Amino acid sequence: MTSAPAPIKAKLRIGDLVFSRSAVFAGSMILVTLAAVAVFLIVQSIPAVVATTEDASILKTNFWDYVGPLVFGTVWAAALALLVALPISIGIALFISHYAPRRLASVLGYVVDLLAAVPSVVFGLWGIGVFAPALVDAYAWLNEYLGWIPLFSGTPSATGRTILTAALVLAVMVLPIMTAICREVFLQTPVLHEEAALALGATRWEMIRTAVLPFGRSGIISASVLGLGRALGETMAVAMVLSASPVITFQLLTSVNPNTIAANIALSFPEAYGLNVNVLIATGLILFVVTFAVNAFARWIVSRRKEFSGAN
Amino acid sequence: MSKRIEVRDLNVYYSKFLAVEGVNLAIEPRSVTAFIGPSGCGKSTFLRTLNRMHEVIPGARVEGEVLIDGNNLYDPDVDPVLVRRQVGMVFQRPNPFPTMSIKENVLAGVKLNNKRISKSDAEELVEKSLRGANLWNEVKDRLDRPGSGLSGGQQQRLCIARAIAVSPEVILMDEPCSALDPISTLAIEDLIEDLKQQYTIVIVTHNMQQASRVSDKTAFFNIAGTGKPGNLIEYDDTTTIFSNPSVQATEDYVSGRFG
Repeated sequence: MTSAPAPIKAKLRIGDLVFSRSAVFAGSMILVTLAAVAVFLIVQSIPAVVATTEDASILKTNFWDYVGPLVFGTVWAAALALLVALPISIGIALFISHYAPRRLASVLGYVVDLLAAVPSVVFGLWGIGVFAPALVDAYAWLNEYLGWIPLFSGTPSATGRTILTAALVLAVMVLPIMTAICREVFLQTPVLHEEAALALGATRWEMIRTAVLPFGRSGIISASVLGLGRALGETMAVAMVLSASPVITFQLLTSVNPNTIAANIALSFPEAYGLNVNVLIATGLILFVVTFAVNAFARWIVSRRKEFSGAN
Repeated sequence: MSKRIEVRDLNVYYSKFLAVEGVNLAIEPRSVTAFIGPSGCGKSTFLRTLNRMHEVIPGARVEGEVLIDGNNLYDPDVDPVLVRRQVGMVFQRPNPFPTMSIKENVLAGVKLNNKRISKSDAEELVEKSLRGANLWNEVKDRLDRPGSGLSGGQQQRLCIARAIAVSPEVILMDEPCSALDPISTLAIEDLIEDLKQQYTIVIVTHNMQQASRVSDKTAFFNIAGTGKPGNLIEYDDTTTIFSNPSVQATEDYVSGRFG
């Protein structure tokens, strides 16, 4: 009878130890930070959620009536922005990765990245000073000829500072990050798959459809999520461009527009006192939850067809 | 279904670099032709000129003529997309589309160019192509599973099924077995034997036993040195190339004295 040999222990090396501990530390920091923000938001929000108009002057009735239009406006503006930005950014990314001559492609890449470096306040100024006035005529035209579509009905705004303008400005702002991610993913498409499609007699567009886009699908979704996240949280540009009222409406062209959570916080905070501050923080909590839900949804989409992802 | 290929004075370039020079050869229909030669001698490059896949690489171009049944592939009016439908290709590494199921992979080429195909026709074609590629029995129960879940040899046969599903006239194979184990290699070689009843097959291989096993004719390519263009040294019946070649370099190569 022999006793089982003692398990062999790997020798502890100081470098391994330092690296593993620092990795664990960095990894846990993200959780700690997130938890700290969540705790702050929740603690500060509790008094606001149960408050009435007597406690906080900012509320007309109760908290939920106050935050409802804001949530709607936030999601509505961000969704519109994404709707506009996604096809454009995929188009730009495809042009850079598969159509443009190499030199033009790198120049374009720089230009797009440069767009990402423009501060949001500048976009706000541009939106309010140039873009909104320029859109007034286009809105009048849309309203006149396509007014039978509920989206374009109502009296068009005379200033152009509508939710559609805000969404378009947001679209321009999220375009660079989305384009950059799509471009990187499209460039990663294995040449093997592109050639497989071409050798079957695919045209360039068919090659992109059979090889590049399916391969880039998860990247496109990630790009959308990042873009949407930025659009949901964008504050300055929306606060400057949009002339807002507490309503829920799908009409895009009128002067009565729902506000977004972030812009509302920025606009209302300087004058807020007492429980009104808590109300604004509570709307921040709601934004946090909405963004979280969007992220979770996107992750779920990506994981749904995991075995077809090409990662195996 | 199969066609005769004739190549006349073909020069192949990567930008300014002349990669293959002055190739003349004729490939008979329903035969297997093997291209052998040391690495970098231009045999794969030359193979890719036969279905205009060479020009996919930026800067790559071709001078000369490739005639398939008398029609020049490099005529200015010829659409490379149509050429590639007639001349299918199987690559060195198996490359089924990872986002598609086995069935979708087989149908990938058929569904291009907005062609519609009825469900029953599609199922028939899938079965016929997979049977043609000797894969049907192994995958018939999992046609909706991803193609990337198959073994390397099965993936390569899936690629062959995908190529024959569009009913090409010629099938080009660029070292189709170099990433496979001996058993899978044997399966592919048997398949090539079957396919030549219907198709003209051109295969590039580094494996001289493979060339002697599967091919009717063999072309030996060589280069004088690095940076020099590759040339077709000798083209003859496979038995002649391997037993009684007329050029010394060929004999040195097939007898393993270099390369």
